[in-house]
Amino acid sequence: MAAPFELSDDSVVVIIGTGAGGGVLANELAQKGVSVVALEAGGRYLPEDYINDEWESFGQLAWLDARTTSGDWRVANDFSSLPTWIVKAVGGTTTHWAGASLRFQDHEWKAKTNYGDVQGANLLDWPIDPREMDDYYTKAEDKLGVTRTGGREGLPGCNNYKVFEAGAKAIGYKNVSTGRMAINSAEGDGRPACQQTGFCFQGCKWGAKWSSAYTDIPRGEATGNLEVRSQAHVLRIEHDDSGKVTGVVYADADGNQQLQKARIVCVAGNSIESPRLLLNSASSMYPDGLANSSGQVGRNYMRHMTGSVYAVFDKPVKMWRGTTMAGIIQDESRHDPSRGFVGGYELETLALGLPFMAAFLDPGGWGREFTTALDSYENMAGMWIVGEDMPQETNRITLNHDVKDQYGLPAPNVHFDDHPNDIAMRNHAYKQGMAVYEAVGATRVFPTPPYPSTHNLGTNRMSENPRDGVVNGYGQTHDIANLFVSDGSQFTTGGAENPTLTIVALAIRQADHIAAEMNRGNL
Amino acid sequence: MLKQKATLTRRQLLSGSASIGTAFVIGIGYVAGSSAAWAMEVTHLKPQTMATLIQMARDIYPHDHVADEFYAAAVKGYDTEEQADMIETGIAGLDAAAQGKGFANYAETGWERHRVDILRNMENSPFFQTIRSGLVTGLYNQKAVWPLFGYEGESYSQGGYIDRGFDDINWI
Ligand SMILES: Cc1cc2nc3c(=O)[nH]c(=O)nc-3n(C[C@H](O)[C@H](O)[C@H](O)COP(=O)(O)OP(=O)(O)OC[C@H]3O[C@@H](n4cnc5c(N)ncnc54)[C@H](O)[C@@H]3O)c2cc1C
Ligand code: SF4
Repeated sequence: MAAPFELSDDSVVVIIGTGAGGGVLANELAQKGVSVVALEAGGRYLPEDYINDEWESFGQLAWLDARTTSGDWRVANDFSSLPTWIVKAVGGTTTHWAGASLRFQDHEWKAKTNYGDVQGANLLDWPIDPREMDDYYTKAEDKLGVTRTGGREGLPGCNNYKVFEAGAKAIGYKNVSTGRMAINSAEGDGRPACQQTGFCFQGCKWGAKWSSAYTDIPRGEATGNLEVRSQAHVLRIEHDDSGKVTGVVYADADGNQQLQKARIVCVAGNSIESPRLLLNSASSMYPDGLANSSGQVGRNYMRHMTGSVYAVFDKPVKMWRGTTMAGIIQDESRHDPSRGFVGGYELETLALGLPFMAAFLDPGGWGREFTTALDSYENMAGMWIVGEDMPQETNRITLNHDVKDQYGLPAPNVHFDDHPNDIAMRNHAYKQGMAVYEAVGATRVFPTPPYPSTHNLGTNRMSENPRDGVVNGYGQTHDIANLFVSDGSQFTTGGAENPTLTIVALAIRQADHIAAEMNRGNL
Repeated sequence: MLKQKATLTRRQLLSGSASIGTAFVIGIGYVAGSSAAWAMEVTHLKPQTMATLIQMARDIYPHDHVADEFYAAAVKGYDTEEQADMIETGIAGLDAAAQGKGFANYAETGWERHRVDILRNMENSPFFQTIRSGLVTGLYNQKAVWPLFGYEGESYSQGGYIDRGFDDINWI
């Protein structure tokens, strides 16, 4: 089939990346009649292609291009070339994600105002009124079919959840449930109900979990207004003498470079690749990279304060059976500085298969302390901690000119140091998580260090004042009117919640804005 | 390939072979379990080196209910021309360390703790780290090992766990 859009067609909106942000934006614009070319570095995989085997699936879907790390986070030591866990495929990381879909709490939109000056943190308020987000959150929940919203039932609790719930209640937590999940609890949206297969992280073979790969993207394509080119890896964004962006250069499946012209460019490559692309697009007019007059491109990298708690019991749990993230405790998500830190955190069940448990329980660990834990794998329960981390200017993505990717471009270096607030929060969460399991008879508990980052945020952040950030409240870059950022890198601060529902809500909102501005002739 | 029982009888195995420690016997071009439950051809490494490497693998990730053949399978990939030197040198280092403590060699120290002491002293060496990190997938990603830990692997082909015990916990 001939491509619907020519390379020379400069009326199209070009979207780079087709994950939570890019995939949704592409469909939303296509539904409004806007012509879109979405360029995706990865290949196309659908539920029938997903592999329910942890490492094989990882090899199939993960972004494995050259990356380096620095900083005091343990990931830099344990997984020095794998700072993040991100997918390279049509649908992006929404193929891997677990589906937890939470709204920000009101106070989290205004972290600077509500938390005050936190030393070493580069806090800022989002340039968005939380009330403005209400409708967009509802639209996002309906799109994703989020349970416990819009009249949708919650999912049933699996073994791992039952242990977690009993422990939570035993220590007095009130707000524990199977959570709000973008997983069908009943057939809907042309997709079946969850069959509790337990491989949510490897791509849901039933399609019960929402992913843009088999919802928004094909729906956008069905309009005739969206062309998705897979294995199209964007290398740089071009601009004209007036400073406006004019198109993007990408490497196609055969490694040949192509130039796609554009009216508007939206960057949605996740929080490592998006700033890297802006930096790699430096020119004589923009020597520090595109949209970087603030110097904030690549800075304020956030990854959520994370960690896990696993526990062993004297009887079987079989945590791998059922949804990977099967429940949540929200009692600690409030902002309550009396605990010794600002912001809050969520506790969410998590199950890993034996291969991943061996890799992530205590990276680098060996000997009987380690192996006796795995000997009790069948009797293990687990939870993940996700809390708000502090944006820091020095936590950043930079270009590492000593290491090149397969296209000869400098690889991104991911630098991260924990902020004292992150450490205080993590220690609190470890204590609470261990207490949950000990209250129901755990014989051994494991405060497990953070994995490679799954929530990557903040590296092109929103700000009211162009001095403080890269994009405005609509994700439009302060410097270049027809250049947008459409993924998690827009986040001004991270909140305690898993980010994807907010990424999706912002993408729906951005589509409204772009379409309206195009109609007004402003773009 | 690891050969299963039938291929070698214990008698055949022991004729013309030497034992190393109590767990392994070695002959020309092979390493086998003393029980003759498994045998493995080695082409590029000395059989004794491979036997010691298998012991080292067990000492790094000891699971008493996991038989040697799975550890053998986990390190078999080192028996190549490119890796042979690195392994021979590394294992010679282990033996030298054992001899420094008055043992005949690494595999023949008796108590596990003596070998673990040797490993602790070298845990930051590239050799140790290569072997250890390789085992994380080499051992735990063997599908045949999973049932020994209770792990059931993929469930899609059986319709998931919706009707097969996703919530069957009965003690909580
Ligand atoms: C195991 C796991 C579990 C998770 N669970 C949850 C959860 O329960 N709840 C939640 O809210 N979030 C979860 N997340 C996080 C969630 O997946 C991400 O927040 C979300 O997908 C990020 O959206 P994005 O649009 O920023 O980027 P992505 O979804 O990562 O999409 C970026 C896309 O851009 C492409 N790309 C990058 N660079 C280029 C380039 N130069 N040219 C072309 N294409 C490019 C990539 O290949 C990718 O497809 C999870 C993540 C992981 C890994
Ligand atoms: S547990 Fe449910 S959502 Fe997860 S992969 Fe299985 S069917 Fe899909």
